[in-house]
Amino acid sequence: MATLNPRHEEGFFYLLAGIGGLVSALGFAAALYMEHSGHVVTGMNNQIVWGLPHVIAIFLIIAASGVLNVASMGSVFGRVLYKPRAPLSGLLAIAMLSGGLFVIMLDLGRADRLMVAATHFNPTSVFGWNVILYPVFYALVGVYLWTMMERRMNPYSKAAGLATFIWRVVLTSGTGSIFAFLVARQAYGSALLAPMFIIMSFSWGLAVFLVVQTTMYAWNNMTLPPLILQRMKNLLATFVAAVLYFTFMLHLVNAYFAKNIAFEYFILFDSEFASQFWIGQVLLGSLLPLVLLFSPGTRNKVLWVNVAALLVILGAYFQLYVFIIGGQAFPLDIFPGYDVASSFMDGAVDHYSARLPEILLAVGGLGLAFTMTTIGVRILHFLPQDDLAELEAASGIKD
Amino acid sequence: MSNADNNPRRKFIAAAGAGVAGLGFTAIAPGLHLMAVGEAAAATEARKAGTAASPTVRWGLLIDAGKCAPGCTKCIDACHTENGVSEKLPDARQNSQWIRKIELVDRRDGRKTELPMMCQHCANPPCVDVCPTGASMKRADGIVLVDRHTCIGCRYCMMACPYKARSFVHAPLTEQNPEVPRGQGCVESCTLCVHRVDKGQTPACVESCPTGAMTFGDLSDPTSDIAKRIASVPTTQVRSDLRLNLGVRYQGI
Repeated sequence: MATLNPRHEEGFFYLLAGIGGLVSALGFAAALYMEHSGHVVTGMNNQIVWGLPHVIAIFLIIAASGVLNVASMGSVFGRVLYKPRAPLSGLLAIAMLSGGLFVIMLDLGRADRLMVAATHFNPTSVFGWNVILYPVFYALVGVYLWTMMERRMNPYSKAAGLATFIWRVVLTSGTGSIFAFLVARQAYGSALLAPMFIIMSFSWGLAVFLVVQTTMYAWNNMTLPPLILQRMKNLLATFVAAVLYFTFMLHLVNAYFAKNIAFEYFILFDSEFASQFWIGQVLLGSLLPLVLLFSPGTRNKVLWVNVAALLVILGAYFQLYVFIIGGQAFPLDIFPGYDVASSFMDGAVDHYSARLPEILLAVGGLGLAFTMTTIGVRILHFLPQDDLAELEAASGIKD
Repeated sequence: MSNADNNPRRKFIAAAGAGVAGLGFTAIAPGLHLMAVGEAAAATEARKAGTAASPTVRWGLLIDAGKCAPGCTKCIDACHTENGVSEKLPDARQNSQWIRKIELVDRRDGRKTELPMMCQHCANPPCVDVCPTGASMKRADGIVLVDRHTCIGCRYCMMACPYKARSFVHAPLTEQNPEVPRGQGCVESCTLCVHRVDKGQTPACVESCPTGAMTFGDLSDPTSDIAKRIASVPTTQVRSDLRLNLGVRYQGI
């Protein structure tokens, strides 16, 4: 890669930060428009009550906790390779969680009542738990970053990392439980969702980390050492396979129950979501990355490993879209054994098309995460500093 | 918490008030009521201002699907007039529907039935469990409501409701009924016409039904019409497998 001179490099940074800021600002403006006009300007309705903003927000929130896994591998499990990556992992976690919360909070019907959410707490609500889970996550990651970046605090880094790791497991279990606790809908209401969301977070978080890491190395005219690339891509492949396994089991068990057969047939074979599931999630988002990560011609190439990581992120989008939108599009089975019809879409499959305001809001969340990351890596020292000799010495024993 | 029924002072006031009121259903011991002679048309006596709803009462509906006339929408019209639900948005899926008619066709024999469906006022409401702010609440007398001051519009309750009973207000509102405040960006559903019930009246849908298919009353009072009928005819709780203990029961399905 051609070397950027410092002036160009600085200009490029401001350009990226500017684009990210603009996208975030457009998202905020879209939210104000929705707040003023009501959700009538969106594609969401009384059947599909959660739309594209929730798909993107939940992706960001899941990936935020997952990206922190990189830090945990170093601090909690003592993997030498991951230790220098912990600060970047923490920054990405904070940036992505902020982007996710930006979207989910601004999509509220009464976003102006955030203080109500903070002061009225229902202990039986998973959403209510979030009021505690998210701020504490911020605080723990902040303390963790501090213990890593402030030399005097280094001895406390392992303890902070362990606390953060435990908390992120709780947080992602909470995100999965949002759906696991829904008793009435065929698509949800499974205890499998909590652990599945954790493994999804491992996969998506690591994919995001790989892409950001590669970009930062390229920016600094460096190349990721092959040993590190190999370890991280192997880990990614393991997570991708695990998500595929959980997906398979979720659908297999669901299809085994007579009451859910109609829904499974709908989501897997007989709807607009079937192609998104098979082509988007399974083929592009899972199988193709696995091929790229294991094929002799591509597995050692930085480019192809990153293509695989990007495909995993694309697959995550399809997975959540099918899960969240598809799960709502299928009608509730209020009267088992009856064909039903009404003026309120009873018995009817709904179709969702995102409209501009909610698209801008959703993309705005991505923009905020991007901007925070861009500025963060610029002003603080987040580029992983590898001691290759130490890494090679440790690799035979620990990794 | 927003649910005023949890306030011990209010509970005390309610109990004291009930003891001296001597009107309507006055609880003197659990499960035992003094019946006052009131207006024949009134389902209950008015609840005095400042007193809490009574936990000895469980308001409910019994709907006889066999009497529900095909194509009749009188209950829907009455509900939406009473509660000021009048918006007609370009995308009909975004309109609020507090009550709707569902046409059922039995897959076994093709038998057709129609019935009104609304909030089922569960004793264990999933909407109340999942609401992050406690805006979704169950009153002591079993009526499930949304506090429009604390609803943040997250729609989690809509995801949780097994009956699709809730609507989200998608657009600015006009011509509201002062007794039934609604709000853009909030979730809403059938209130069992709580403002009428508290005045000793029956819900608008019940009053409007030309065939008398709907009965309103106190499920906890064995001497009430509704309780007697539930004791004497086979009735159904929709999705009874969920064991939510519904305030709305159906006959003839």
